[in-house]
Amino acid sequence: MSGSGTSGVTRLRRRAVPYLLALPAAVWLVGLFLVPLLVMLVKSLETCSPMTGACTMSWHWGEFGSQLSMFHKQMLTSLKFAGIATAIDLLLAFPIAYWIAFYGGRRKNFFLLMLLVPFFVSFVIRTVIWEFLLSNDGIVLTTLRNVHVVSTDFHILGTSTAVIAGLAYNFLPFTALPIYVALERIDRRLLDASQDLYASRITTFTRVILPLCIPGIFAAFLLTFIPAFGDYVNQQVLGGIGNTMIGTVIQNTFLINLDYAGGSALSAILMVISLVGILLYGRLIGSATIGEFL
Amino acid sequence: MGESPAPVNVRLVNVTKQFAEVRAVDNLSLDIRAGEFLSLLGPSGCGKTTTLRMLGGFEEPSTGSIFFGEKDVTGLPPYRRDVNTVFQSYALFPHLSVGDNIAFGLRRQGVSKADAAQRVGEMLELVDLAGLSARRPAALSGGQQQRVALARALVNRPTLLLLDEPMSALDAKLRKHMQIELKRIQSQVGITFLYVTHDQEEALTMSDRIVVMNQGRIEGLGTPREVYERPQTDFVASFLGASNLLPGILGSATQGYYDVEVTGGHRLRVAAANVAEGLTASSAVQVGVRPEKIHLVPSARAEEAGTNCLRGVVRVATFSGVGNQYLILSPDGRDFTVYAQNIGDALAPRTGDEVEMRWPVEHTFVVRPSGTMTNEGE
Ligand SMILES: Nc1ncnc2c1ncn2[C@@H]1O[C@H](COP(=O)(O)OP(=O)(O)OP(=O)(O)O)[C@@H](O)[C@H]1O
Ligand SMILES: [Mg+2]
Repeated sequence: MSGSGTSGVTRLRRRAVPYLLALPAAVWLVGLFLVPLLVMLVKSLETCSPMTGACTMSWHWGEFGSQLSMFHKQMLTSLKFAGIATAIDLLLAFPIAYWIAFYGGRRKNFFLLMLLVPFFVSFVIRTVIWEFLLSNDGIVLTTLRNVHVVSTDFHILGTSTAVIAGLAYNFLPFTALPIYVALERIDRRLLDASQDLYASRITTFTRVILPLCIPGIFAAFLLTFIPAFGDYVNQQVLGGIGNTMIGTVIQNTFLINLDYAGGSALSAILMVISLVGILLYGRLIGSATIGEFL
Repeated sequence: MGESPAPVNVRLVNVTKQFAEVRAVDNLSLDIRAGEFLSLLGPSGCGKTTTLRMLGGFEEPSTGSIFFGEKDVTGLPPYRRDVNTVFQSYALFPHLSVGDNIAFGLRRQGVSKADAAQRVGEMLELVDLAGLSARRPAALSGGQQQRVALARALVNRPTLLLLDEPMSALDAKLRKHMQIELKRIQSQVGITFLYVTHDQEEALTMSDRIVVMNQGRIEGLGTPREVYERPQTDFVASFLGASNLLPGILGSATQGYYDVEVTGGHRLRVAAANVAEGLTASSAVQVGVRPEKIHLVPSARAEEAGTNCLRGVVRVATFSGVGNQYLILSPDGRDFTVYAQNIGDALAPRTGDEVEMRWPVEHTFVVRPSGTMTNEGE
């Protein structure tokens, strides 16, 4: 096949095409994602003046230890809240996605749109509306008090419950959509085949449907858990003292204390925890095809 | 292979399936004999898949019943029926290995892991896939996937195996090979096969009996030879192979023969056995003959006993290697198709020649108009 110059050029061009096509995305990724990430990691090793915010490189690894010892409680709170919210979302989203995928008929797209409509509104505003709904003289608590379901001093705002509810609400579509896609992709003839081979409806669900949508569940988990883990809006709007999440801490460290080294170290720790979590989770359910669903 | 359960007949009794607008299956009755290879043949949309799905339990008949032996299974879900299906697209479970795919049915029926593994092994031998047990279906060729689908169904030793166009995704050569394989496997396991196909040749070569369906009804039923040589309706005559059909009036029987008067005053002779059931003298019928049964002779030649003959003019003559195909214009303006094998006949007629078409009386048949068959054709 080795041959004349033209065929060599053609071959070269053919090989180059995929890379050329990937170039804009690569520039984007490197310039706006990888570089800032590196800057952040470098910053975490610098020492910054709390007065001016100016930093100098000092290879100071101690930042990691000290931040961790100061804020491990908030880390754990974040892990807990994000974990519970993700679990709630998985339990809520699965039946919704299942119903739309299998019984949505011709109106599937309409139902998906209904699921997404609230999310056309800005994230912060949505959360503020929840604050309004859950406030002590808001519509929910007033009604409940009037019908004597709850006592007069009962409140939701400021509690962990409110934060978790807010997180679960805000990230639900990120859970539902990947699961929907996974269920939608399942070849319906496999369900016929399963029943043909003596599997009842329930067995068909556990032996065929569930295994085939595990990659979707995994994607749903990642897309819900990771943003919820680092989120600070829900906690700041709906939470109170005593349930501070790590996202709030990082935000304060950067923007109020101007401690860029500390903030960077915390962010790096957050990232490592998420990565380790993902790898463990991926290993446990052994999903080879996660990539397809992200 | 281990022993199969006692074979039983499967019966469809006056089964109708009405979808919103379409009557997919129309008052169909059929007796599938234990152990036979029965093919279901018919044009697209005639209700073959629907019939299969009702037997498998995926659709419920609108009216009518289905029996396995003496047992009425009409309302039973698929997983309670002793039927297995080889789906057109194979529908192998992509998340399971070949071995686990084949074991799926056994495990659901409560067969122990060890027993299942042994039977899966035997099955893999039978379909010639030994050693591929650990592969995923995606890593198999089309022909291999088809054999896994077959093994996955057969391993359960069902009363009835349903196959819905299982060869349609295979290329011609592999298809030929798999036809032979399938026939071998069927005679080896002795399970009743109900086989849906579009391919007439496939149906003719593989089947013990053939059912020809049209618009939800059975138009013909019998051994391949019976259905081909003595079609009962004009639909069967032209759907299965090609036929030359002429309208005529059935005369009365004399000594085991009928005369049919066709347009132009000609009389064609037919053996009583080749006249479709349920026809009486002086009914309007069609008389037919297959293209390969007709000889062309120069028109001056003397008549022979025991043959029918009609005159015509060669309108088109086409050479196709193994044979010659002619279109002969008969006096009443109808084209006859004639197929002659290429045996080096120097006198082969040419376009414009006047010829006489002759064919033996025993290869002449009389059919009813389509859709008038009383369903059970035992
Ligand atoms: N679920 C359904 N809803 C409505 N109509 C249906 C349904 N299934 C089949 N039909 C109709 O019933 C008729 C028979 O369909 P069927 O699939 O049995 O045909 P077939 O003989 O298998 O055709 P093919 O050779 O093309 O596979 C068709 O007109 C089809 O459109
Ligand atoms: Mg079909």
